[in-house]
Amino acid sequence: MTVIILLVIVGIVVAGGFLIGFIWAVRNGQYDDLYSPSVRILFDEPKQADSISPFPEISEDKYPNNSKLNNLTKSD
Amino acid sequence: MGLPCVHCGEDCGVQPIVWNDKPFCCHGCSTVYQILNKSKLEKYYEIQPMAGIKVEKTDYDQKYAYLENEEIASKLLTFSDGGISVVTLFIPTIHCASCIWLLENLHTLDQGVIQSTVNFPRKQVTIRFDNREVSLRQLVELLGSIHYVPEITLDQMDKTESNHSSRNLLLKIGISGFSFMNVMLYNFPEYLPGGEQLGSLFTGFFGAMSFVLALPVVFYCANDYYLSAFKGLKHKLINIDLPITLGIFTLFAQSTYEIITGQGIGYMDSLIGLVFFMLIGKFYQGKTYQALSFERDYKSYFPVAVTRISDNVEESIPLSQLKEGNRILIRNQELIPADAILLSGKANIDYSFVTGESVPLAKKTGEMIFAGGRQKGSSIELEVVHQVEQSYLTQLWNQDKAAEKPDNQLNTLINNVSEYFTVIILIIAASAGIYWLFNNPGLALFAFTSVLIIACPCALALTVPFTFGSTMRVYGRAGFYIKNTGVIENLRKIDTIVFDKTGTITLNHSMNIHFKGEKPSQETLMMIKSLTSHSSHPLSISIKESIAGDQRFEVTDFQEIPSLGITGLVNGIRINLGSRKFVTGKSDENPNASHVYCFVGDRIAGYFSIANSYRPGLKTVIDELGKHHTLYLLSGDNESEKNNLIPLFGKEEYLRFNQSPQDKMQFIKQLKQQGKKVLMIGDGLNDAGALMESTVGLTIADDIYSFSPACDGIIESKKFQKLPAIFRFSKLSNRVVIISFGISFLYNLVGLYFAVQGSLSPIIAAILMPISSVSVVAFATFSIRYLANKRSL
Repeated sequence: MTVIILLVIVGIVVAGGFLIGFIWAVRNGQYDDLYSPSVRILFDEPKQADSISPFPEISEDKYPNNSKLNNLTKSD
Repeated sequence: MGLPCVHCGEDCGVQPIVWNDKPFCCHGCSTVYQILNKSKLEKYYEIQPMAGIKVEKTDYDQKYAYLENEEIASKLLTFSDGGISVVTLFIPTIHCASCIWLLENLHTLDQGVIQSTVNFPRKQVTIRFDNREVSLRQLVELLGSIHYVPEITLDQMDKTESNHSSRNLLLKIGISGFSFMNVMLYNFPEYLPGGEQLGSLFTGFFGAMSFVLALPVVFYCANDYYLSAFKGLKHKLINIDLPITLGIFTLFAQSTYEIITGQGIGYMDSLIGLVFFMLIGKFYQGKTYQALSFERDYKSYFPVAVTRISDNVEESIPLSQLKEGNRILIRNQELIPADAILLSGKANIDYSFVTGESVPLAKKTGEMIFAGGRQKGSSIELEVVHQVEQSYLTQLWNQDKAAEKPDNQLNTLINNVSEYFTVIILIIAASAGIYWLFNNPGLALFAFTSVLIIACPCALALTVPFTFGSTMRVYGRAGFYIKNTGVIENLRKIDTIVFDKTGTITLNHSMNIHFKGEKPSQETLMMIKSLTSHSSHPLSISIKESIAGDQRFEVTDFQEIPSLGITGLVNGIRINLGSRKFVTGKSDENPNASHVYCFVGDRIAGYFSIANSYRPGLKTVIDELGKHHTLYLLSGDNESEKNNLIPLFGKEEYLRFNQSPQDKMQFIKQLKQQGKKVLMIGDGLNDAGALMESTVGLTIADDIYSFSPACDGIIESKKFQKLPAIFRFSKLSNRVVIISFGISFLYNLVGLYFAVQGSLSPIIAAILMPISSVSVVAFATFSIRYLANKRSL
């Protein structure tokens, strides 16, 4: 049963790690603006002409039936 | 109807400006489109179609010259070192995803920009730039050129970052949440059947752990409550935080005692849970509208800098350096920052923001010009008589800063209740203690502390934050934004409502214009329109906007004679527009009415009668509010509208005309002295004093992010009709608070039943406290939601 004491200590350490993470995030100002990042993540990276992307670009012609993608680009 | 402008979505009219086969409403919009197109930023229009902002005038010239002044620049920059500078600018027009995208891609438009980040709720953009490549002035002008005009005011420069309190609250919630979850785990075995058989090794260990975890909660997370209770006591007041503080300390002391003596592991879980819930309540209540400002004074209206002339050299200096005797240059549309004497130039001062009077005043050389007016027309030179802080109007706005608003901490429902509550609880605790002292002395102290512990008004303290916090959100959705939740309580008490006229019950930009006399032909009307488009007088603008069509004629020999009228040759035909005296030669028969006489070719064609147009739905709003409140109207204007207003407000004595800002404030003061609770609804700086003086001051605004004077709440002008419903709702939400009080008292009674018998065990505390809090919170939030839906607010 005394193993519980060890478990409790491990629990505190793990939870404490998250607490420290939270404190860091708050101090870093990550909770100051909860709206803009949700929009920002939807913007595409600017295409760079000279660098070769490891992923081939999906064009609409290549996937004419990919309705989800087409809808995404057409609406809004 | 023409096509919508590709940039801003406005109607392009009959002759759109076309660039690249795309229609634009004006040259400004097309220019922005070209700038973005050139830099391959057309995506701006894909994220949100027609996302652009229309700006009437983009003539910067010297407007931002002051940004080159070292002192001003250094106040604006948050960081500057080794060529890298950081500036945070407030841009009220940020409104959509496209705005974020474009502003964060500023580096494509200017190589000097290293990184830009938008804070959408605050409508701010933080730009990190290389100041060797681009100056602050160039940066601001760049933003202006794409129609994101930053608002730079004195106010922002003096302000130091104040957003740390919300961060601190979050930290406290995080820490108490962490402790709560862990301590709950340690206490749980005790609550299970057979829990008392737990070995002393575990009780000791769990007790020690919960003691350690409770320390930061008691001594850091909850310290705001102690402070507030202490402040209350200092003012000889018992507020809700006093029983909370008592409860927390008793819980902590009792539990520590039990842990140290090895009797058990105490009530630490209840203690930490209590603090955790209350902090969440505080967070919920503390929702603020970050981009709105309720505390503005003259500083946010005044420019940051002014052009000083010394030895024929013009230089921009910060307003704070402006001294008596300085000569200053004020250009078209600039604001006069200090009382001054006109030295040269044609002064035509628009005081509409200060006094509510819509017609500009012409001033002669040597006359005094008060601060706060706006110059219309050519540049003028002035000599400063008073410093900025001592100017007549700034003094008016600033005085009675500490005018007694019913402070949120004092006099509120919850504090009235808690005063009785605390006293009663102390009496019960003492009598229970005394009773047991004679019957079973061993239980006396325990019964005493148990009462204090169980009566700790956690549920009571959560009622108000959650009810009013929800109400605030309901209001926000309805287009009514309040400064804090205390306003809801004050709204309930209102018995007198005072309206301002101009801009509040009348519409600012649309006038009711009729032509009296022989109806002119369409061509004549177009000629009149062409003539008026040369003048910036409000009456000219009103007439121009009332005439449909966009045919243009050339105007020659144009002359504007201040306070008389305008004249010019349109297509070779002489047209005079202006006062009766100017056009007909006879003196005005009715100086109060706004009539613009019109002379075309060889005869007087008639006159334009210009009247205010009232907000739609005004009558219903006034009738509704009149049922329960006394209504007054204050106007800075003349009595020309009197006959229209009497049927609305009933008696003549409820109407006051020709009221200066000072008169308005005095009027409110008098009403308050009669014991009235006054709500003032205004719109401009001329109401600032009255708004400050009133119990609740509301501002009505077309654009809630643009300037509004210091007030308790801002209502969107479109939502004006909802005012009666909003007032009624404040009464409802106060009723919800009272019912929730009832519920939490019931829980308290149950707890007290155990406590006075000296049989309060940790498990009862652990069950009762969360249940009472959760049910009260649920009741408050859901009933407010339900009521708001029912009333479609």
